[in-house]
Amino acid sequence: MAEFEKANSVGEWFDQRLNVKGFWRVMMTEYWIPKNINFLWAMGALLAMLFTLLLVTGIFLLMYYKPDVNMAFDSVNYTIMQEVAYGWIFRNIHGVGASVVFLVIYIHMFTGIYYGSYKKGREMIWLSGMLLFVLFSAEGFSGYMLPWGQMSYWAAYVITEIFGGIPFIGDELVIWIRGNFYVADATLTRFFMLHVLLIPLAILGAIVFHFYTLRFPHVNNEEGEFFDYKEESEKYLAGDKKESKVIAFWPDFLSKDFMVISIFMIFFFYLVFYHNSFAMDPVNFDKADGLKTPAHIYPEWYFLWSYEVLRGFFFDMFGISGKSLGLIAFGFAQAIFFVLPWLDRSPMVKPASQRPVFKYWFWLMMADLFVLTIFGKLPPTGVNAWVGFYSSITFIVLFLALPFLTKIEAKMAGGK
Amino acid sequence: MFSLVVGLVVAVVLLVVNIVFSKLSFIPKEFRILTIITIMVGYVYWGFEPYAHHEMHPHVAEAEYKFDGSNDVAALEELGADATETKAFWTRAVSIGSLKGDATAGADLVAANCTACHSMESEGYPKLMEDADAVAAYGVTPPDLSIAGRIYDANYLAAFILNPVKAMHIEHKYPVTGSKVFPMPGSDWMSDQEIADMVAYLQSAAKKVPAPEVEEGASDFEIAKANNKQVFEAACVRCHSMSYAGIDAHTSAEAIATYIGATPPDLSQYIRSRGAEYLHNFINDPQRKLAGTGMPRVGLTHDAEKQVVEYMEQIGDSKKQEREALGPIVLIYLTILAVFALLWKKQIWKKLH
Repeated sequence: MAEFEKANSVGEWFDQRLNVKGFWRVMMTEYWIPKNINFLWAMGALLAMLFTLLLVTGIFLLMYYKPDVNMAFDSVNYTIMQEVAYGWIFRNIHGVGASVVFLVIYIHMFTGIYYGSYKKGREMIWLSGMLLFVLFSAEGFSGYMLPWGQMSYWAAYVITEIFGGIPFIGDELVIWIRGNFYVADATLTRFFMLHVLLIPLAILGAIVFHFYTLRFPHVNNEEGEFFDYKEESEKYLAGDKKESKVIAFWPDFLSKDFMVISIFMIFFFYLVFYHNSFAMDPVNFDKADGLKTPAHIYPEWYFLWSYEVLRGFFFDMFGISGKSLGLIAFGFAQAIFFVLPWLDRSPMVKPASQRPVFKYWFWLMMADLFVLTIFGKLPPTGVNAWVGFYSSITFIVLFLALPFLTKIEAKMAGGK
Repeated sequence: MFSLVVGLVVAVVLLVVNIVFSKLSFIPKEFRILTIITIMVGYVYWGFEPYAHHEMHPHVAEAEYKFDGSNDVAALEELGADATETKAFWTRAVSIGSLKGDATAGADLVAANCTACHSMESEGYPKLMEDADAVAAYGVTPPDLSIAGRIYDANYLAAFILNPVKAMHIEHKYPVTGSKVFPMPGSDWMSDQEIADMVAYLQSAAKKVPAPEVEEGASDFEIAKANNKQVFEAACVRCHSMSYAGIDAHTSAEAIATYIGATPPDLSQYIRSRGAEYLHNFINDPQRKLAGTGMPRVGLTHDAEKQVVEYMEQIGDSKKQEREALGPIVLIYLTILAVFALLWKKQIWKKLH
């Protein structure tokens, strides 16, 4: 080991041992971000902020929550909401945060799709992001069960039931997941474990990995431009910041993130205080009752589009039961976003507005997701059922057609 | 086909909005992006919240506090059923309600006809037996009548004395032809004036009941809460518990299930699960909101009903005051923070552009 000089300051003491200054430089002041970006590039930092809020409020809620079917409901709605000093604000932040985090995830995701930020070297960014989406979905679903209200119970019932459609092992799988023949105390306790330990651990790991995947291909920019980061960063370091196409992560990029987060927090806390029933469904303030099916069962808004794909196939086709078809379509919907980088065969990395074919595909896909989301909540009767069916078909067709459409685009652009 | 059309329309609108916005170069680009995202988020929100609720919970007739039977008659006529009897029943009830009753005569009539089962603590008629014994004897605990004259509408009281099952809209639970007999017999054999006298007595007795005691120096909120609780206990607690207020129903859930064919829910969180508007409509006439329910129409006056719902909020959403006091402070703090964040960002980006 090299000889250590006596440190003259605390900072130096740490620097000798941890190379703090070097680490700070690599991670912050010389981590390069393109300058040509808009506020949509702040969604990542915003998500980090929301996840922190969820984590911190979750820790406090954990101090009073009781994962037991006889105590869960009152521990949330009485102990936390009424007895614990300011417990209600922790719960409201947690409940609204869980919903809003999905709003921002979707904005983040569709920003990536719109600007083509998933291809040409950025595939791992996309894949790790999708992994986070799946983990957040599992986290959202398991957390929704914990207050043990009517919707907690019946959503858990319906969603675990889905696995029963898997051939051969379905029935056993449902029992294995629930830990009982029906949704019961064992189900609550294990989803509690998943919600407060296993999935958050996985999310923390996946977030670190997601950051790592950004490091080498670099963040995309508004025009999809590829440039020499080394050259541009040298300009920046030489003091020619105005000419350089890059900015430093700290303080340049984060100052903008911080601004976006601060403005967003006004909106977020408005929801926390005054408008939270969209995130904390009134039906869930009725205690879980396995003998009393609610008139309407629906998942939280962020799952509605895939729920609608699941139930869109309400009749048998080609000798396959509607239930199985729905399950297949549901599986397709969950998996298809993962392979988007390979479905898009156009070499263009450009915002959708500058891509002759993709722009139509993008807005059609958005429109279809809106229709699926809205009809996913409505009772699936009469014309609603058919809207669900056709918009599910549209969803599948859109994704199956994407390779061909983007191939046409590649030809139009005179690409390779 | 329909959904394709819907989807295409939405897509075309999105595309057009997008193209139009991309041409409006005098508006800063980030504002255009923000506007498009706001429109999209707003549209989806509208779809899965207000629109979905509107579709799932169809509007019902307005709550009616005149208790003149007009809604009942209209409902029957809408079905094409014979409303003659119902019309006659309510006409009589309304005419009794408009008579000037003699409270002194009413006092004797109540003593003779009601106090064998009902207590009226404020007038010196105590409960004759424990709740459990009353349940064994009648199938349900008879309510105390001390403030009945204040919280129930006069027309409704008259209708109730004439025919409780009809007034409460529980004929589906106690059909005329059925073997099940409602514990309280109707008194349509009495004269209109006699009934009016009893109503007058109940009203004058209720006026004499003092406001519930509160601790010295109690806040307006606490005083209102105590007053509301008095009404809630008289109107709801025979069947319903309110565990978050430590209130247990007088009649056991099992007995109520026999009495009315349903288990009454604990009301602690009903202000959250149903909301004030639903509760008003429901309490005013449960059948109209939830056909077939075992919950009877109790005939609360508009004021008493407001007190009941307010009490449910004071218990079920007990931190509302705290929340509404803290909200503006947090939002003002965040607004100031956002202004500083904006200035900081501008200062840093000045060197970059």
